[in-house]
Amino acid sequence: MTTSATDHRAASDAAGSGGLRLLDVSLTLGDGDTAVTALDRVDLTVAPGEFVAVVGPSGSGKSSLLAVAGGLQRPTSGTVRVAGTELTALSDKERTAARRHHIGFVFQQSNLLASLTVREQLLLPLHIDGRLDASARARADELVEAVGLAHRAGSRPHQLSGGERQRAGLARALMTSPAVLLVDEPTSALDRVRSAEAVQLIAEQTHRHGTATVMVTHDTGIMDAVDRVHEMVDGRLS
Amino acid sequence: MFLALRDLRFARGRFALMGAVVALIAVLGVLLSGLASGLADAGISGLRALPVTHLAFDEKATSEQFSRSTVEEEDWRAWSEAPGVERAEPFGNTLANAQVTQGAEKGEQVNLAVFGMAPDSPLAPEPTEGENLRNGSAGIVITREIADLGVEVGDVLTADKSEVRLKVVGLVDDTVSYGHIGVAYTDLDTWRHLHYGLPGELPEAALRQATAVALTLEDGADTSAVEEATATRADTKETTFGASPGYTAESSTMALIKGFLYAISALVIGAFFTVWTVQRKPEIALLKALGAPTGYILRDALVQVVAVLVGATALGTAIGLALGSAMIGKAPFSLSAPVIATSSGLLIAFGVVGAVVAVRRITAVDPLTALGATR
Repeated sequence: MTTSATDHRAASDAAGSGGLRLLDVSLTLGDGDTAVTALDRVDLTVAPGEFVAVVGPSGSGKSSLLAVAGGLQRPTSGTVRVAGTELTALSDKERTAARRHHIGFVFQQSNLLASLTVREQLLLPLHIDGRLDASARARADELVEAVGLAHRAGSRPHQLSGGERQRAGLARALMTSPAVLLVDEPTSALDRVRSAEAVQLIAEQTHRHGTATVMVTHDTGIMDAVDRVHEMVDGRLS
Repeated sequence: MFLALRDLRFARGRFALMGAVVALIAVLGVLLSGLASGLADAGISGLRALPVTHLAFDEKATSEQFSRSTVEEEDWRAWSEAPGVERAEPFGNTLANAQVTQGAEKGEQVNLAVFGMAPDSPLAPEPTEGENLRNGSAGIVITREIADLGVEVGDVLTADKSEVRLKVVGLVDDTVSYGHIGVAYTDLDTWRHLHYGLPGELPEAALRQATAVALTLEDGADTSAVEEATATRADTKETTFGASPGYTAESSTMALIKGFLYAISALVIGAFFTVWTVQRKPEIALLKALGAPTGYILRDALVQVVAVLVGATALGTAIGLALGSAMIGKAPFSLSAPVIATSSGLLIAFGVVGAVVAVRRITAVDPLTALGATR
């Protein structure tokens, strides 16, 4: 484990690139007559500290892009590199570890665990990784503060508003200092004002923590804070 | 454990319901165990108390040997000289009715499970009150169940039919029963009169008979030669419990009920955790997407299972013990730590098996489903 982690780091140094890199990535779902091309030869590079939005109608392959970039799904062909580690070359177990170490997800409608307080949501990723110590707790307090939830640190998801949940989800994703931050439809449960605030916050955190951030959305009215916008149509990225 | 215990607290209503079911099953388990050992005590505690390893019966008596078997003096003599036999002595067993003819409860009818033995043999009782048996005295040593009817040391009982006068010389203050009847120990000659069941002198042949040869055998002794020579068959003491009236039927009924109870609890617990796990699927997918190995999630779920089962079983066992101790004396009921521990331990074990089958579906949850429905 230690050796392979070192190898990944060495590879990363050699490649000289952090961030996220998708090279010629295709994903075909199903087979035979029912096969659907979800991703069609996608190339995408996101540098550390860069905030990229991918827009497109539902069914265009946006979520598949996140699934492949986040190591949740293995592409049919092509390579995915996260912080210099080639995800597509890893076993399932190694990919799980890579998700834990390098990737932060912000899910649609935030996806918080019902029984945990905001603070505990943030501590969970580090507990999973066996690194729940004093510095983790300090970082959790810091991030709760940074997303403006200090007064809600002891609340459970059912006591939070949609915007608060989204911010808690963002703070959780940042807990492990991920190289790549993947954001799935962050505004689907929010009104216009809250949507703009949420995206603004993601942009701030991207720049502050130097994450390579990809946000997929079908909401084209929230692009002010984004560095770059790509459009996705039928699995192809422009 | 990070999540499991917080989930327990958060969904405490649901877990409390489940825990209540497990606790009630545990109560039932304790009561059934107590009843089973109470019935066993009432059925065979007299036999269990005999300091022997085997009993040899007439080989022609293949069931209910204690009422059907008769052995002769030459049989126990042959047995005592056989290789591998440490001790062999005659043992008589018969059921008798008697009436108190002298004593505080004069006129009271008493059922006796009469055990006959030589007063100087190791089979003879050790009275906690009064004296031991003596040859030719027609004395009996009674046990608790008979004493509970008001019979005391010094009373005289008259047996029905044989009209033998039995003087109560001693008391063993313990539950010593056979076939749900309190045991009364007496010397062999008195036993023979009671067994023969007619007044007056016994026929010559009856004076040299007993029900069985009580044996203490060395480990692994081969007694086939003496069994053949005497036309008897030696059974281990534990095997002979089955020859006691009603014992096999009672214990197998109890075992059947307990078996069903464990199976039902495993199914109920399995069903609960199946529903719970299915409900948690989105959270499990989320945990996996966050990079939690399946082992982490399984461990977490199992901690929860064990916490619920152990807590609820402990509570149910405590309630069962409280109810059970109130039943002692009113029903054939006895509580022993190993029996209760086994019953509660099995309940937990079966529950864990049921729950493990349920939470195994955690392995099949796809982290991909944590992403939104926009795919």
